[in-house]
Amino acid sequence: MAQHTISVLVEQTFDALPRIAGLFSGRGYQIDSISVGEAEEPGMARMTIVTHGDEKIIEQINKQLNKIVDVVKVTDLTEEPFVERELALVKVSATQSTRNEIMQIVNIFRAKIIDISPKTLTVECTGGHAKVQAIISMLRPFGIREIARTGRVALKREFRGET
Amino acid sequence: MSAEIATRMPEAPAREPSRKTRRVKVEPGYDLKGSDVLVRTLLELGVETIFGIPGGAIIDLCDVTGRYPELNWILTKHEQGAVHAADGYARVTGKVGVVLVTSGPGATNSVTGIATAFMDSSPVVVLTGQVPLRMIGNEAFQEVDTIGITRPITKHGFLLKSAGEVADTLRKAFYIARAGRPGPVVVDMPKDVLADRTDYEPGEEIVVRGYKPKIFGHAHQISRAAERISRAKRPVLYIGGGVQKPEAAELVRRLAIDNNIPVTSTLMGLGAFPTDHPLWLGMLGMHGTWAANMAMQHADLIIAIGARFDDRVTGRLEEFAPNAEIVHIDIDSSVIGKNVPVDVPIVGDAYHVLVDLVPLVQPADHKEWLEEIAEWQRKHPLRYRREPGVVKPQYVVEQLSEVTDGDAIMVTDVGQHQMWVAQYYRFKHPKSIVTSGGLGTMGFGVPAAMGATVAQKESEHARPVVAVVGDGGFQMTFAEIITAAAYNLPVKVFVINNGYLGMVRQWQQLFYSCRYVKTALYGANPDFAKVAEAFGARGLVISKPEEVRPVIEEAMKVDDGPVVVDVRVRADENVFPMVPAGAALHEMIEEESCGE
Repeated sequence: MAQHTISVLVEQTFDALPRIAGLFSGRGYQIDSISVGEAEEPGMARMTIVTHGDEKIIEQINKQLNKIVDVVKVTDLTEEPFVERELALVKVSATQSTRNEIMQIVNIFRAKIIDISPKTLTVECTGGHAKVQAIISMLRPFGIREIARTGRVALKREFRGET
Repeated sequence: MSAEIATRMPEAPAREPSRKTRRVKVEPGYDLKGSDVLVRTLLELGVETIFGIPGGAIIDLCDVTGRYPELNWILTKHEQGAVHAADGYARVTGKVGVVLVTSGPGATNSVTGIATAFMDSSPVVVLTGQVPLRMIGNEAFQEVDTIGITRPITKHGFLLKSAGEVADTLRKAFYIARAGRPGPVVVDMPKDVLADRTDYEPGEEIVVRGYKPKIFGHAHQISRAAERISRAKRPVLYIGGGVQKPEAAELVRRLAIDNNIPVTSTLMGLGAFPTDHPLWLGMLGMHGTWAANMAMQHADLIIAIGARFDDRVTGRLEEFAPNAEIVHIDIDSSVIGKNVPVDVPIVGDAYHVLVDLVPLVQPADHKEWLEEIAEWQRKHPLRYRREPGVVKPQYVVEQLSEVTDGDAIMVTDVGQHQMWVAQYYRFKHPKSIVTSGGLGTMGFGVPAAMGATVAQKESEHARPVVAVVGDGGFQMTFAEIITAAAYNLPVKVFVINNGYLGMVRQWQQLFYSCRYVKTALYGANPDFAKVAEAFGARGLVISKPEEVRPVIEEAMKVDDGPVVVDVRVRADENVFPMVPAGAALHEMIEEESCGE
């Protein structure tokens, strides 16, 4: 079953987010990732939902989202080239002996150390879903204490020539 | 006051004759209470009647309504009754039904009514009281998260945050309730917002950015549909509640009659095509006619309009209409392709799509196909055994049909009697059936009939309103007979009293070896005629076949209040034909097994 990234432009009302979440839970659709934040226009939010299901379910998700009054626009990005990013903060155990090794991994992934303590490092990593998964699995052997991830955000790619 | 037709939709279609919603000129006002603005906006939106029950959170609003005698408030016995009544009112008028209830239990009691309206796409606006804004979330007295509870069963919910947004929110709520596929909208009204002061300005056009239903069908798809219809050898028109607007029903008639296409309908679509026309097949589905179900299974083209291929209609999906291409016209794109794959999808309002489609179709006589269907009709008509001395429920419906000449608004509850009304009443006009088709809400009948009767009182062309209910469902909401009596509403209630929760009993008989667990009501049923009299209604009894006709005639003459007829019918009559759950449409059974 294919994964789909759906971008939803929605009015920022108190009821918009629970209505969308309730649509997924009430009808048994899957949410693999969901993220929401202010969009370009004041009062509007853009929500990026990653879901999976067969063609029929994805079609229903698109149509049902469109029926929600606060939803202004639904775009299934999967149908066209799009860029996607996710941000993860990873708090990993670090001793004097492992700190350097961790920093090398961080450099390889062009991630950043944003907090340091005698026993931990907190790493900020941005990238596609696969990259974030990869750095997390590289850091796992050192002992991951906590992870916070944003979920994926995505926009349609405009300049087709570069790919 | 001058009245004018509403033109609120951003993409306004041509004005439709059935739309009775009028805009009324209401004077502007300054420094008014939120409650005042709310009532003025209701009047502006053409509301004549509301249904509901007062309470602490809406006491201020209650007080204000007392100053607006032009707003008629029907005080019901239970909030569920209020919503069903508003729903019944909405279904027969096409106007928005309006409900006013208090917070907490007032709101939770209305939930079944809201879900019923949602499943049957009925435009209802439910105004719910709420604790003051600053107390929300504190588990205050009579506080409940109304918007949260009703979220999955409403088109939309609003929480009023200030008095200044009362008027526009109400205008939006009405627009959303009616536009596209209609449905219920909740407006939750904190007590302090209703008391705060603001100005009222008569209405401006409201634009709801995220909700602009598609009215006109796609021209290319319409021409593809016309092509398929023109070349089909075995077409069937399958219509639903989406063609109950008279102007849409008229075009369905033209499409069928001009091109000799046989017509079947869902429970919700009954009346949109005249049942005395030779092209009428009867209802389809679980308790549909043999001919209707066989026609679907043998069709090469199904033209579905305003229907949604519900599981009670299709039977086992894998074997549904195996040879048919499907043209599906619906205003809600999400029902197209949801249950069955569709060859020609057309999203749009039935009326406007048919305006474009009907002239493109090449007429045909479909002689062989109609003969084949006539053969099914001859061999397998709807039938029941007549037994001397026993009142048969089907006979009662037939007699109701004759006495009212097919002109009544038939309101049903849920169960066997509902199917007998669907099978045996000779519907002639659209907007003649009011029934809980989607949710199957027992208790719907009496209050919905009351709402439909209120609508008749407002109408220049009043039609009789007949409620046919079972003895089980009747007892769920029969307190609303008291309401009907209080307002002198001439509702005719026929209680098809078989002493059982009959539809469940039928399933127990057919599929659970006649083990009638918890379905027997006889012995514990009250005397319904006496109950009626105690409630201030007329109470009549039918216990012999020869009483059926004269008592129906007597009941229909009562015009100053409700009448309840206790119709004591055969206890174990079953509804046939029947497609057992999980069977295909052509696997209908016509006779009982077990017990017999």
